[in-house]
Amino acid sequence: MGKTSVGSFLSSTVAIASKDLRSEFRTKEALNASFAFSVVILVLFSFAFDPSSEQLQTISGGLLWVVFSFAGALILNRSFARELQNDCLDALISSPAPTGALFLGKAIANFVLLMIVELASLGVFALFYDSRFGAQLLPIALVIALGTWGITVIGTMFSALTVNLRMREMMLPTLVYPLLIPALMAAMTLTTDLMSGTPIGKDNTIWLRVLIGFDFIYSILSVVFIDVVLVG
Amino acid sequence: MPGDERALEIDRVSKYYGHFPALRDIQLKIEAGSTLALLGRNGAGKTTLLRILAGLSKPSEGTVRVGGSDVREEKTRRRIGVLGHGISLYDELSAIENLKIFATLYGYADPGKRAGEWLERVGLDRVRDGLVREFSRGMRQRLAVARAFLHDPEILLFDEPFTALDDRAIAVLQGLLNGAHSAGRTIIMSTHQLREALVLATHVALIQRGQLAYTGERTQEMLDDPAYLYRTYGEN
Repeated sequence: MGKTSVGSFLSSTVAIASKDLRSEFRTKEALNASFAFSVVILVLFSFAFDPSSEQLQTISGGLLWVVFSFAGALILNRSFARELQNDCLDALISSPAPTGALFLGKAIANFVLLMIVELASLGVFALFYDSRFGAQLLPIALVIALGTWGITVIGTMFSALTVNLRMREMMLPTLVYPLLIPALMAAMTLTTDLMSGTPIGKDNTIWLRVLIGFDFIYSILSVVFIDVVLVG
Repeated sequence: MPGDERALEIDRVSKYYGHFPALRDIQLKIEAGSTLALLGRNGAGKTTLLRILAGLSKPSEGTVRVGGSDVREEKTRRRIGVLGHGISLYDELSAIENLKIFATLYGYADPGKRAGEWLERVGLDRVRDGLVREFSRGMRQRLAVARAFLHDPEILLFDEPFTALDDRAIAVLQGLLNGAHSAGRTIIMSTHQLREALVLATHVALIQRGQLAYTGERTQEMLDDPAYLYRTYGEN
């Protein structure tokens, strides 16, 4: 006992994140479903487009983010739903851990899981679409990380909001995707630019700002309001 | 000790689900060190009241104070231990991993040590690395009891604590409850098992259709005839 409140917040966040990751790595329920979905979509679309065409470069950002956001829904749906088994959510809420730490821990675990699926999907994308994005690897990684955090933070919040609904698998995407439009537009535009060799510069910095602003605003709002969502 | 301090004050608490009143105007003061048996038929509102006391749900009207503080304050939650209908344990994690998570959330500097001590107390130290999903029902229940007592709470809230427990788990729980009572802890438990509850209880509250029908000390009359309370104060 006797930890500072910041120390307690951080240790609770880490405990929740590592608990969720450990549980998922043991069952691989969400990871397998999400990765299988991504591969199927990418492979199917590879037959619809000529992999060497310029048209492909213009749709690459859109295609990747459609795959990422739908694959994300499969992971995010499980996030709070896994707490329903054995009424674990009650034990977490009644503990002295700040609800903001519970949220952040879950969001970090979801972020890691989604990043794993996305990196594996990028490998499939490079293979089937003859895509060479090595020159812009770092900016692409930054955009993917920012976009993924946006999906994760909104998805985790709404996973908490819909956890007690009978049709939560349907409700989560219905509620999440409209809110994600600004972040997805920014991530798609930046990814398309980077895939076609245009670096982040004067013309597209605005989209990077939109993405960072989106992540910042929704992260703060989620941490502040998660207690209301979980307890009422 | 009883009478020294009010552990819990429930002031005009009501809870509505839509227009349905699950609790109506509950007013109750529970003294520190007392053991309250919360009685009532199915759907009377016992679980709703316990969830409000545990900070898991907010009342629609009224307030709940624990030692003078709001139940959702961090320091208040640290004082409360809850054992609900579910075991609140993760099937994919081991016994020690489960308890370590909660020891971390309750701020223990060495969560592994605390978790190990409690596994020993409930007789599960030999299966500490076994996954909970592989445990028998009785083992899972003992682990759930260890989780509820892990942080040495001053106030224990139990919802049907004896339901579906095996003999060994009942013995472990009764031993821990007796120890907690001797140490001056406040215990509130909802139950249908009148005899077991009344033996442990110092006070009794009967809830009917969301309202408090009776509250007072447990008497010898109730011990001799557990149905007495329902016959005298209950509905037909």
